[in-house]
Amino acid sequence: MAFVWVTLAKIGVTLFWVMNLGAILTWVERKQSAVMQDRIGANRANIGPFRIIGLFQIAADSLKMILKEDWIPAGGNRFLHTIAPIISVFFALLAFAVIPIGNTLTISGQEIPLSIITTDVAILFVFAMLSLEIYGVVFAGYSSNNNYAMLGGLRASAQMFSYEITFGATIIGLLMIYGTLDLQELIRAQKGSIGGWYPRWGIFLQPLGFFLFCAAGLAETKRNPFDLPEGESEIVGYFVEYSGMKFGLFMLTDFLETILISALVTIFFFGGWQVPFLEADGFHFGSTAFLLSPVWVTVLQISIFFLKLTVFLWLFMQIRWTLPRFRYDQLMRLGWNVLLPLSLLNIFITGLILMIWG
Amino acid sequence: MPNEVKVKVMKAAAPRERTLREKAYIPEIARGLRITAAHFWGNLFIHIKRLFGIRTKERGSVTYQYPEERRPLSPRVRTLHRLVKREDGSPRCVACMMCETICPAKCIYIIGADHPDPNIEKHPLQFDIDLGVCVFCGLCVEACPEDAIRMDTGILEFSAYSREGMIYHMKDLLR
Repeated sequence: MAFVWVTLAKIGVTLFWVMNLGAILTWVERKQSAVMQDRIGANRANIGPFRIIGLFQIAADSLKMILKEDWIPAGGNRFLHTIAPIISVFFALLAFAVIPIGNTLTISGQEIPLSIITTDVAILFVFAMLSLEIYGVVFAGYSSNNNYAMLGGLRASAQMFSYEITFGATIIGLLMIYGTLDLQELIRAQKGSIGGWYPRWGIFLQPLGFFLFCAAGLAETKRNPFDLPEGESEIVGYFVEYSGMKFGLFMLTDFLETILISALVTIFFFGGWQVPFLEADGFHFGSTAFLLSPVWVTVLQISIFFLKLTVFLWLFMQIRWTLPRFRYDQLMRLGWNVLLPLSLLNIFITGLILMIWG
Repeated sequence: MPNEVKVKVMKAAAPRERTLREKAYIPEIARGLRITAAHFWGNLFIHIKRLFGIRTKERGSVTYQYPEERRPLSPRVRTLHRLVKREDGSPRCVACMMCETICPAKCIYIIGADHPDPNIEKHPLQFDIDLGVCVFCGLCVEACPEDAIRMDTGILEFSAYSREGMIYHMKDLLR
């Protein structure tokens, strides 16, 4: 029984941080793009005299989305049209089930791992969820009875298939080094340091893999510079026939995917919740030790995880507002002719090094 | 052939060959990100300074927050018309119809009548400007021999719920 309650609590906590972060990202996106373009950004939504730098915009947006008319196009497939955004957001949320935000929390002698599911196939699970999400997009394009939506859906499926190969192939190098598919184990394996200097994080062992993973991950989120499924200036994309909260769910999926990719980059390449020099009982710098109680260690780990996550969210937002969109043939050429061979090369080099020194 | 026009055909400049650095794409992305990130952090720092009440001359944005903050207008910009008054408050206009005649948009409608003062010939009974039609060319101002109409109010916002509402009458213009 205790297990059920703990799991329910963990689901609640995960939903809380994921959904809130997703909502805040809608505000962050507006503000960040504004500040980097020398503008001010959304600051008008207010309750009475209070504006709190535009944060009410989130509430205003969601209220607008909920109150808007839910419209299904004539000749569209009613069932698929309704279920498509739900599929999209469902699988995006489900992927967070295996994302660990900390090591373990010990409450009354029981060790609780800080991810909803602890499984040996966590990485495969995340990738499966990311692939299943495409169905939402494809269904949306198909069921809208609209050429532009259809084009958007087709573009999305082609883009996802092309980049998912790179996406999967880039982390094989990591798996060869750390030898596990469990995200928690992967993070635990990144403990310690290389030659006493660098933390033993994926980025120092797989620098090429990091770049490839970021590029493929950006393509996976369907945001600039890979936002061809959406292509808001030319075809509007797979959600052209969506209104109200159904459109809102697609937008939310975009942000959830950004969070997910940032979390994955953090976990694979920046040691997840690993704090440099922090052991289970406190900091150890060589022979000097600075001891901490286990609760504080857990708090530090969770904070550093969210700090790293924030840095990558910032970076992905910055990339989204800096780079122009690819042309479709450029996108395909980049995916198949550059990223895929490079990821294979990465596997080859990693294998070679492991064979010589491993 | 005396009237032959000689046309010199110029070749368009060939697109510049991209350097290796540009072809590699990653350094150029990094350069772009550095520019945007510099703007972001610089502006954010200024905004934070402002938030904590530190007065600074730097501006974190180029935005004019419109209803509260307005851009300064040039003194010669043509804005909403006004009719200049005499000392007793009546319009200086003598209903000579010069402005109505020159108006390219035909948006001025004047009905003139004899002025009670024998020194002044006429005065307008009705002076309407349809701002929904007006093109703000300023020719009425140029044409007026009495300097009775000017476009220097600085008012740029006028809107109405109907076309009739866009017609400004004499009492509106005399304000």
